[in-house]
Amino acid sequence: MKRFTDLYQALDNTNRTNEKIAAMRAYFDDAPPADAAWAVYFLSGRRPKRLLSALLLRRWAAEVAGIPEWLQEESYHAVGDSAEAAALLLPPANAASERPLHEWVTEGIVPLRELDEAGQRAAVVEAWGRLDDAQRYLFNKLITGGFRVGVSQRLLTRALAESAALPDTLIAHRLMGAWEPTPEFYEMLTHPERQAEEVAGRPYPFFLAYPLEAAPETLGDVAEWQVEWKWDGIRAQLIRRDGEIFLWSRGEELVTERYPEVVEAAAALPDCVLDGELLAWDFDADRPQPFAALQQRIGRKNLTRKTLAGTPVILLAYDLLEWAGEDWRARPLVERRAQLETALAAAAGSWLRLSAVVEAATWADLASLRETSRERGVEGFMIKRRTSPYRVGRKRGDWWKWKIDPFSVDAVLIYAQRGSGRRAGLYTDYTFALWTGEPGDPARELVPFAKAYSGLTDAEIREVDRFVRTHTTERFGPVRSVTPQLVMEIAFEAIQASNRHKSGVAVRFPRILRLRDDKSIEEADTLDHLKSLID
Amino acid sequence: MLLTLTDHGLFCAAGDFFIDPWRPVGRAVITHAHADHARVGSSAYLCAAPGAGVLRLRAGAAAPIETQPYGSRTTINGVTVSFHPAGHILGSAQVRVAHGGEVWVVSGDYKTDPDPTCASFEPVTCDTFITEATFGLPIYRWPPQAEVFKTIDDWWRANQRAGRASVLFAYALGKAQRVLAGIDASIGPLFVHGAVDRLNDAYRAAGVSLPDCVYVGDAPEDVDWSQALIVAPPSAQGTPWLRRFGDQSAAFASGWMRVRGRRRRRAVDRGFVLSDHVDWPGLLSAIAASGAQRVLVTHGYTATVVRYLREKGLDAYELATPYADEPGEEDDTIA
Ligand SMILES: [Zn+2]
Ligand SMILES: [Zn+2]
Repeated sequence: MKRFTDLYQALDNTNRTNEKIAAMRAYFDDAPPADAAWAVYFLSGRRPKRLLSALLLRRWAAEVAGIPEWLQEESYHAVGDSAEAAALLLPPANAASERPLHEWVTEGIVPLRELDEAGQRAAVVEAWGRLDDAQRYLFNKLITGGFRVGVSQRLLTRALAESAALPDTLIAHRLMGAWEPTPEFYEMLTHPERQAEEVAGRPYPFFLAYPLEAAPETLGDVAEWQVEWKWDGIRAQLIRRDGEIFLWSRGEELVTERYPEVVEAAAALPDCVLDGELLAWDFDADRPQPFAALQQRIGRKNLTRKTLAGTPVILLAYDLLEWAGEDWRARPLVERRAQLETALAAAAGSWLRLSAVVEAATWADLASLRETSRERGVEGFMIKRRTSPYRVGRKRGDWWKWKIDPFSVDAVLIYAQRGSGRRAGLYTDYTFALWTGEPGDPARELVPFAKAYSGLTDAEIREVDRFVRTHTTERFGPVRSVTPQLVMEIAFEAIQASNRHKSGVAVRFPRILRLRDDKSIEEADTLDHLKSLID
Repeated sequence: MLLTLTDHGLFCAAGDFFIDPWRPVGRAVITHAHADHARVGSSAYLCAAPGAGVLRLRAGAAAPIETQPYGSRTTINGVTVSFHPAGHILGSAQVRVAHGGEVWVVSGDYKTDPDPTCASFEPVTCDTFITEATFGLPIYRWPPQAEVFKTIDDWWRANQRAGRASVLFAYALGKAQRVLAGIDASIGPLFVHGAVDRLNDAYRAAGVSLPDCVYVGDAPEDVDWSQALIVAPPSAQGTPWLRRFGDQSAAFASGWMRVRGRRRRRAVDRGFVLSDHVDWPGLLSAIAASGAQRVLVTHGYTATVVRYLREKGLDAYELATPYADEPGEEDDTIA
């Protein structure tokens, strides 16, 4: 655990990419495979399920330190993170634990699940007694399911590749899909030769697009690009190999069971691997249903006939990564596309479709077509270089997403709550309201419609923080209600009628576009205006 | 009441003087020379003898400053006044005020950890103790100083190996000198920002020994910044002044660095937990050592500390000062 704690601190202490890679590489060069496997597991963002509640952890730490409950709560609010607050509240530590990481995980952490609350408390307090400050913090993060470290999959892949002297792409491929953090897995991950068991259901890493911020004309000749609609569904990879079918979502989750209609249609495919989008489809209108419909279906435990009929899901395929057992990712997009069309010819039908290519002679034509995105239920365009290979991860240059501008309204800040992590102690989580009537209506009120956390600069956050502290009208728990005075422009991606919300609408991905210091609250938008945006 | 709060600050009616007034007054008794305690414009100042030099820099060349050695008593209009080391910065003092059988101690800012650049905190018994509460939460417990200075030394050496200058932000009065006195000066050359340089001179004039360091403005043309440690005030962060050092690693020395979120928000590479204010255990032990029946709490987590003390059976109150209701971002720089 000491080595891993040092690695965590080294990663936390730098924003420099090469230093992060060097720190991980040094770790992998040095750590025994049993520990390294767990390190890969944690660094790749996998976490054991939360074993106990963060609140309990804080309470136990406070009890050990002889601190009353209310003071524990106040301390937590100043820290903004339970695992950290618990570590800071504990009495001084003696020495660091030399026990290896895998032993801590398998003997000290995972078994907590089997214990009742009293047993968990005893085990956690005993563990604290053996760990130093930094280790306690990590341990707390791990058992509350909150472990995070600022390392991308790409950096981890590079560090492992450097340590094993293997190509990045091979490591990236081996890291995909389902695996257990065993020493055997780590040996396989870093093994110089390709292993037989790698092939079966293992997906390829997804190639992700960059948002296009410049004008599309900067991309040059439109003829060099393949343009498709940008679908608002779930990115997925369909694998058809040796008579078996696997469906993976971008979250590296095996979702084969959830979409029986897609899997059934895929049975008619020859051996290949397809990249595409899962969408809840409206067959009458021949367009996607809102994303919320797909989300609801994901939330269902059991797929009833009614769900399958009401929210049918299709796969819109847009790329082909493997054909007849051969990796096609290095071939140019035009070739892959042609092969994709051939492959789908055998199986195309209602559930497995080709994502159409949008033809246009100029960027200007595309720009006006893009204006129809909302009525088509899409988010704009994907623009892909016809000669591009299928790369790994988010790379600039070949794939761009040209999204439509979000909706926006001017809304009034009415509640604020303190943030966590980097923003601990600052009021950063805001609730915004809109008017129930037009200006001049004496009976009109402000009704909350959305919460937003992000979008302001650090300087602006401090400004709003000061405003909140000096304009508090009421406190309830961690939330303060403030004098309605600040107007901000709030953007969101989609809007839907909802009877679960007081405002009568639900918006998707609300975020702050900017402070509107130039506007008084009288000039903020009305709920009716917001509702008029529902199509 | 021996001391009361007016719109000018803490006032002793019997002696007709103020302690750390925030507006100009006739006679100001000063705990220490930080800006929030020593304001310009009063007609007469009284401070502990070692603090005269740094107070002079704050109050101006013409300000009438009288001094008093630590521990020796003087009377102002029949009220006995004496200064006792607060361990906060050079010349910082707890002010003991005694009159009519009643003894008050105004701690100003203080810390109980030792500091080679100033006299160590000495508990003074009293009836009423006025304490600060900047770090009045149990999460604030300072790690052993030797450990912190070792971490700073290690960071400096690692930067040297990586060919990067080490820029350490520390409050110019007190923290900067404590850092300079605590690090291993044999590692490489030391440079300081002008604001720090001026105060270093005042410290040296008062007999505090500091390692040799060069004012950045006097650095030779061909200086190799990558081997250097540069100490600058937090206000220098993000300014063009830093460009001359080329590739650099930035760090911040403050008690606030105990919390990871604060550390990251500071947008520096490293945060070192080093404070000139008292931590939670030190606060409780100082209050106990004062033997006071009544404790007035000001500056920081006042409500929290008051509630805690009351639950422990002490007669405690908040003393309202013109500071924010709870510590916010702006406090980061002076702690
Ligand atoms: Zn001070
Ligand atoms: Zn102060």
